[in-house]
Amino acid sequence: MSETRWIGKSVKRVEDARLLTGRGTYIDDHPPVANACHAAIVRSPLPHAVIRGYDLSAALALDGVVGAITGEDVARHTKPFSVGVTAPIHYYCAATDRVRFVGEPVVVVVAKNRYVAEDAAELVQVDYDPLPVVLDPERALDSTAPVLHQAVGSNLAGHRRLVYGEPERAFREADVVLSERFSFPKYGSTPIETYGVIARWDPLDGVCTVWSNFMGPFIMHPLTARVLGLAENKLRFIVPTDIGGSFGIKSSIYPYIALMALAAMRLGVPVKWIEDRREHLLASSSGTDRVAYREVAACRDGTILGMRFKWLDNVGGYIRSPEPGCSFRPTGNFVGPYRFQHLEVDASVVMTNKSLTGPNRGYACGHLYFETEGMMDRLADRLGLDPVEVRRKNLVQPDQFPYRTPTGGLYDSGDYPAVFDKALELARYDELRREQAKARAGGRYFGIGLALAVDPSVSNMGYVATALDPQFRAKPEYLPKSGAVDAATIKIDPLGRVIAILGTTPQGQGHQTVVSQIVADELGLAPQDVTVVDEMDTFTRVWSISSGTYSSRFGSVGTSAVALAARKLKAKLVDYGAHLMELPVASLEFRDGAVRPRSGKGPSYSIKDLAGRAHWNTESLPEGMEPALQATAVFGFTVAKAVDAEDRVNSSNTYGFIAEVMAVEVDPETAAIKILRYVTVHDAGTIINPMIAEGQIYGGALHGLGGALYEELAYDEHGQFLTGTFMDYLVPTASEAPPIDIAHIVSPSPLTPLGSKGLGESSSMTVPAVIANAVSDALAPLGIWINELPMTPSKLWTAMDRARRAGAPTVRTGVSEPLASFSGHPRPKPASRTPLP
Amino acid sequence: MVTVRLNVNGVAHEGRCEPRKLLVDFIREDLGLTGTHVGCEHGICGACTIMFNGEAARSCIMLAVQADGAELATVEGLMRDGKLHPLQEAFREHHGLQCGFCTPGMLMTALDFLRTNPAPSDREIREGISAVLCRCTGYQGIVNAVRAAAPILASGR
Repeated sequence: MSETRWIGKSVKRVEDARLLTGRGTYIDDHPPVANACHAAIVRSPLPHAVIRGYDLSAALALDGVVGAITGEDVARHTKPFSVGVTAPIHYYCAATDRVRFVGEPVVVVVAKNRYVAEDAAELVQVDYDPLPVVLDPERALDSTAPVLHQAVGSNLAGHRRLVYGEPERAFREADVVLSERFSFPKYGSTPIETYGVIARWDPLDGVCTVWSNFMGPFIMHPLTARVLGLAENKLRFIVPTDIGGSFGIKSSIYPYIALMALAAMRLGVPVKWIEDRREHLLASSSGTDRVAYREVAACRDGTILGMRFKWLDNVGGYIRSPEPGCSFRPTGNFVGPYRFQHLEVDASVVMTNKSLTGPNRGYACGHLYFETEGMMDRLADRLGLDPVEVRRKNLVQPDQFPYRTPTGGLYDSGDYPAVFDKALELARYDELRREQAKARAGGRYFGIGLALAVDPSVSNMGYVATALDPQFRAKPEYLPKSGAVDAATIKIDPLGRVIAILGTTPQGQGHQTVVSQIVADELGLAPQDVTVVDEMDTFTRVWSISSGTYSSRFGSVGTSAVALAARKLKAKLVDYGAHLMELPVASLEFRDGAVRPRSGKGPSYSIKDLAGRAHWNTESLPEGMEPALQATAVFGFTVAKAVDAEDRVNSSNTYGFIAEVMAVEVDPETAAIKILRYVTVHDAGTIINPMIAEGQIYGGALHGLGGALYEELAYDEHGQFLTGTFMDYLVPTASEAPPIDIAHIVSPSPLTPLGSKGLGESSSMTVPAVIANAVSDALAPLGIWINELPMTPSKLWTAMDRARRAGAPTVRTGVSEPLASFSGHPRPKPASRTPLP
Repeated sequence: MVTVRLNVNGVAHEGRCEPRKLLVDFIREDLGLTGTHVGCEHGICGACTIMFNGEAARSCIMLAVQADGAELATVEGLMRDGKLHPLQEAFREHHGLQCGFCTPGMLMTALDFLRTNPAPSDREIREGISAVLCRCTGYQGIVNAVRAAAPILASGR
């Protein structure tokens, strides 16, 4: 291990100077091609309709209009995208014969500027035959529901029943079985920079170049090439240095890449399209809305024997890759931090007349832990135990690492009890409980919530095959999938200056800074001596289909590639130094920026010295040594394996841990929720830059809070979209952001050279759980459990009002009866708990 | 087409544009000052905030013609003598930005806020910057930066 003078320090970001002075290069600032024309997209005003025809005459007659493409062009000149399920769903980059959600692209108009393009878009006439609409995923599976895709025959895009261990026996032998219905809202992360694409077609080279703020995964590159009928080495994706936020959302830009590439190819001009905010809210991407039914089987001492998950994930009008990751991304960590071995998962992926979904910060884990942690509190309540005790009793223990979960996950390192204890200590949990008793005695609604989560980072792309039946995967023609790799190149110029080149796509995570810290430590330099280039270009960067900056990858896999490249280069410098010094390699070391004798005696060769000699005098190199001083490393996790015949898969590669405590008070008159204390403790292995890590936690927490309290992409009963502006889609402002107490515990990953794990999604996956649990606890005197988000004041107030009118509940009714239109439903006072049989 | 004459960051500009052209588009496309960003085009997110005759204003819901004869300041004009403005320096020091897209609007909003409230409480800072949406930082770094910059700006340096 090298000295770590810079790793672990809050080094100020090199990105900031340009971003603070208006010198960033975001996609809309980027003039990579002269005379680009501008596109405007005509979108469906209807949620479900047959397209009978187009009339473009008025639009094309407008001065300044270059041309237009319609669904007919799309159908004729492109293929549908591959989807992650076997159902025959034809998802094209624009509607071809039928529209299936409000906002679906129908026609693209290209003009000399955006103003004219928008004028022309308004002149386009599309003739529709409206069809009946379905929005609710449960209703969509009724035999009487309108079917979106005739070839599929129903609205079920995919379904898997996964069985691990013996859940039947666990439920048979349990002392207590609890069930609950949960409902999770459709929300996105609405990066402040919207999507942007610039496409250029060169018919002579046959190369299509597309600049966009696409964040990966680059599996979408070969998929898009296939859609466009191009060889992969004729389709070039370039991502500018700066992306204005993404949080998973910009992984779903690729249909627009195909659409604008097609427009450029058909119309023979470079085409630029910048999405506007209304388009973004209407039709970019979001997480799924989900209805889940949960069951837990436990012993009376609180030991969990097994669980049953049943859920319906609503992916909207089509299934777009990487969906159905909404159901399967957390396969390896389905059990969270708990030791139970028996699990049944019944996952349905359902299509309705809503917009399409995809990764959104915390991808599927916000849903998972909202449900699981909600069940933990219900179990504690049922057993008369403290929620802390029920969790402690079931945690994976420190001596069990590396821990193989029943679903195939391999938790690499951790000390879950220590992280949990730290959170309880920081929150002064016992004191909070005393405070709560006082508050309750005074008639106040004071609640304490807990949430624990295994934080998966670096998706193993093999998980996507969990969506397929084992029989399908067993066919000889089926090709298994696995992997999670990233690459980095480090080179030393003739004067000894260092440049590190990445193929990642940061959206604010400060990769340039972090890489400069790592390279500085490895090569004995200062961070400012290292220039980091981070512009993805599929023609020049080393990449693979799992490349990109998603699933909290960089802190784990990207940093590993950088460290390995530096070590390769360092080994070469030592070999070269040994040759020059005529000493055995073993007698030398690389320390403080120079190759030196381990004895400390004799001359040393600095990087600058070695670089000068190596570049200017190749004769000085030992026989067989490749000239020039550069090294490329491709790091891949060997624990990323294909899903096995029993549906077990290590769906991520490194696994962190989060423990949170939140105290809230609910206003009895207004139902406003006030956060009184919020503590989050993370174990993400080695922290390279604590300032950046904490920035990710603050941001992730606020995304979770947005989904829990404010944000929902809402539709009326007819499928019309209701939240097309930031006046309707409520994003938390600084006034809503709570102070957060953050702490870290460090269990270095044994799988990465630096011991680091990912952290980017962080508290986005725990906040919905912790605040729902805190509010449930606050409203326990009214018998209300929160089982539906977002907890808007009106929904919460209605539930409180209803509970008050019903009077104090006296009989435990169980927790299984859904009251779908309320954010919670009555439960009895804790005092009336029925004793266990 | 109409002629628009205005002063931006102390430099006189003249441009011709359609009367319907948004001020933010004029600033970005006609003047080439791409530091001012477009986030929502309906006056909520605040990314496009500039100083308009000394006060923070949203350039996405103004027309360029409305700025005829006006004095504007954009993020490009904040540096002095090749050095970051103290507020920019504070944002860097306190991790007040991640992706940087809301940052120009956040800086201009915070400057205007500190002009009217030179010694704010944290609650006032949060209210003051709530006119700009940031999705990366959870706002904590921004609040810390504005708090740290306040006395420096108040002291005239």
